[in-house]
Amino acid sequence: MASFPIGKFIKYFILILFAVLFIMPIYVIIVTSIKPLDEVSLENMWALPSTIDFSSYSEAFAKLAPNFLNSIYLVVPATILSALLGAMNGYVLSKWRFRGANTLFLFILFGMFIPYQSILIPLIQFLRNIEMYNTIPGLILVHVVYGLPITTLMFRNFYANIPDEMIEAAKIDGANFLAIFRHLIVPLSITGFVVVAIWQFTNIWNEFLFAVTITTSDNQPIMVALQNLSGSQIVQWNVQMAGAMLAALPTMLVYIFLGKYFVRGLLAGSVKG
Amino acid sequence: MASDVQLKTKRKISKDQWTAIAFLIPSIILIIVFVYGFIGWTGYVSLSNYNSLIPDFSFAGLKNYLYLFQDFRFQADLRNTLFFTILFIGAVIVIGMGLAILIDQKLKGESIFRNIFLFPMALSFVVTGVVWQWLLNPSTGFNQFLSVFGIQPKWYTDTNILAGFEWGSIEFGLPVAIISVVIAAVWQMTGFSLAMYLAGLRGIPDELREAARMDGATEFQVYWKVVLPMLAPITISVIIIMAHISLKIFDLIYAMTGSGANFVTDVPGVYMFETTFRGNYYANGAAIAIIMLLLVAVFIVPYLWSSRKGDQ
Repeated sequence: MASFPIGKFIKYFILILFAVLFIMPIYVIIVTSIKPLDEVSLENMWALPSTIDFSSYSEAFAKLAPNFLNSIYLVVPATILSALLGAMNGYVLSKWRFRGANTLFLFILFGMFIPYQSILIPLIQFLRNIEMYNTIPGLILVHVVYGLPITTLMFRNFYANIPDEMIEAAKIDGANFLAIFRHLIVPLSITGFVVVAIWQFTNIWNEFLFAVTITTSDNQPIMVALQNLSGSQIVQWNVQMAGAMLAALPTMLVYIFLGKYFVRGLLAGSVKG
Repeated sequence: MASDVQLKTKRKISKDQWTAIAFLIPSIILIIVFVYGFIGWTGYVSLSNYNSLIPDFSFAGLKNYLYLFQDFRFQADLRNTLFFTILFIGAVIVIGMGLAILIDQKLKGESIFRNIFLFPMALSFVVTGVVWQWLLNPSTGFNQFLSVFGIQPKWYTDTNILAGFEWGSIEFGLPVAIISVVIAAVWQMTGFSLAMYLAGLRGIPDELREAARMDGATEFQVYWKVVLPMLAPITISVIIIMAHISLKIFDLIYAMTGSGANFVTDVPGVYMFETTFRGNYYANGAAIAIIMLLLVAVFIVPYLWSSRKGDQ
């Protein structure tokens, strides 16, 4: 039994206090975003609205919808491609180890820690040269490449839990490298794909630095549009909050319905197996 | 016959081994070009005179670096990063570990608490920035609440430097405004350390605590002498991961406060972005990026290297 020696009441008190502090920003966003315009004043910022008014949502939606779509076009292919490449790499680096495989893995892994500012200037030049600057496919390429280290790490850790004996048995049955991958490893790693896909989806959806430097106006993903919206002086606070809700909605839904996998991704990406 | 089979298997494995390496090659090429090649190119730009729209790769030596270290804004950035990193990591560890220990007490509703604390992790730093910019705006947000008590902090608009003294061209000390950004960052990232510590706590066998109790340890001692030391590797991981996030932070500050008056909330990530992509000072921007990379590498390289030894 784990029991920290303070009263149950105090434990609950601390937990509830922090829970209230953590929820407060969410409360304010939601309450503000459903207020009619004449109630969005400083004095009743914390008050519940007298009537629920979704007009700020329709205004925010009108402004953000094209960028929301851009984000969908970006996130779906980038997530699928980076998960597939990560699975292949993880498979090789965990089940077909060769001399220097560990060092090579670290060589790849380093890429996930670098500040992306340190590759941004050549990256943009490169994208201009191959005429992918300011395009969604260009952003997809960028997210697939810089997603490789984390997806490789996650799949490598995941595959480390699949017993080598199963691979050996398949080899004795005459299965080759690709057959083992397709018929044994992939079916066994459906959970792994879910965890990695959720992680990549969340990260790419929320990403800002690449989005703001590689795309302009019409091609910008949602987070850049949200930042522009909040920087604008003429847009009301309720619209900004509704915009923040819209931008956060997909990852919030993923967290609410698939939170278990999200947390597994979080742990898989940080603890080495 | 037996040796025939063996021979056949052996040959087949080596062919598969080649397929395996061929599988890796596209990724390795991408990493070599996009990570290491581009870092090298950024390093090259940082040593050039490319400080306008027209590319000029003539060799400038360390000129851009020397400029930065005398630059008021960059000195302020280093100071801000230092205080941001210390406060941010400290709070994330203390609050994350504390809440993890409380959630691990087998109380009712633990999963509700866990979900609430982890929730901000799913949000973007941009969303966090937009929201907290409003919550900590001196004339709105929390100050509406605090006016009841008669306190009205200036939050991120505060230009005071606590315990400041002249150092180079800047005043060295804790910029009060940075605390606001720390609050927002802690709100977002505490869930991470909480999840890590919770996983760690669940991994400590109950027998260990039982044994300590049998030896007459009080409950406090059980935590202090058994649980805490067993969480040390997790604390190291949390410090390193949070440190690298903190050293390269950009989007939260860009969305929430920007550089601030007198650069009180500026960080290298924001400076690099603005000087490169708004000011076209490519060589200066590249130099900032290389300094950021070196700072991150100080934490990450030993961490990665030690994990390699653990692997073998």
